[in-house]
Amino acid sequence: MEIPYVVDERPDTGLTNVKLGIWLFLASEVMLFGGLFSAYILLRINAANWPLGSDILNVPIGTFNTVVLITSSVTMVLCYAALKLDDFAGYKRYMGITIGLSLLFLGVKSYEYFDKFSHGDLPSKSTFLAIYFTLTGLHALHIIGGVVVNGYFLGPGSALWHTKKAQFINRIEAAGLYWHFVDLVWIFLFPVLYLL
Amino acid sequence: MSESAEHVRDHIKLYWKIFAALLVLTVVTVGVSYIQFGVALGVTVALIIALTKGSLVASYFMHLIGERKSIYAALALTVFFFLVLIFIPVLGHNDTFGEPMTVPNANAPEIAEEAH
Repeated sequence: MEIPYVVDERPDTGLTNVKLGIWLFLASEVMLFGGLFSAYILLRINAANWPLGSDILNVPIGTFNTVVLITSSVTMVLCYAALKLDDFAGYKRYMGITIGLSLLFLGVKSYEYFDKFSHGDLPSKSTFLAIYFTLTGLHALHIIGGVVVNGYFLGPGSALWHTKKAQFINRIEAAGLYWHFVDLVWIFLFPVLYLL
Repeated sequence: MSESAEHVRDHIKLYWKIFAALLVLTVVTVGVSYIQFGVALGVTVALIIALTKGSLVASYFMHLIGERKSIYAALALTVFFFLVLIFIPVLGHNDTFGEPMTVPNANAPEIAEEAH
């Protein structure tokens, strides 16, 4: 069965189902992370004392990872622009860079985790570390999800370009919206956990 | 394709400008964290910078500027309930019923030292 309104806009919403679907999904994601940010505030304002993030976490490494993720957001939006310009080779190049940067982010994050674990800084050690690992762990799972989806669109999923260009562009736009959301969450996580 | 190539190229130039702004704001947020503002002002400044960066990403990379009204409506509802979630702990903290409760383990090593 053909999925309706993947290219044409639905008359009542004025949107394709792809776009409405991804935005509703992102709205649910806001609530998921919102619940955990709420937990962070609850723990922090009720704590007898709260450590400064920069005393526990490595700020230069966190800053580097922030730059990596922001750069991947730019290359992701350039993927979409390349397709709009009918430049499939450019799309593949930028998608490859986006995935590479995502893996770099995960690599750096893993290094931070193992550094903490090797010093006995486990989630059970303190409330700060518990909420740090919960928030960044959930965020890292989202990065992994993004790598899987983007990897599919770089590999087998890109075959759609040769048959249904408009539908493929809409899919990349949706994947991009998700990726920018993951970047947006990190933009808030970084100062909250590392700097405050 | 609804957008002309010229239009897309203009957008690409804009993306690079937004990228530069995001990098500058990242440096600024790290820089100001070294200034001893105190917790309240420090949190306010960091949140203002993060909100600015977030708005740039949402407006330009996610193309929220010029998006359909139905998306704005869904997002307005999301923002409202997000704020409810964020303010629940604050309301809980400010209520004066019952015994005050603290989380004793927020910085375990120091507390352990004080106990001895």
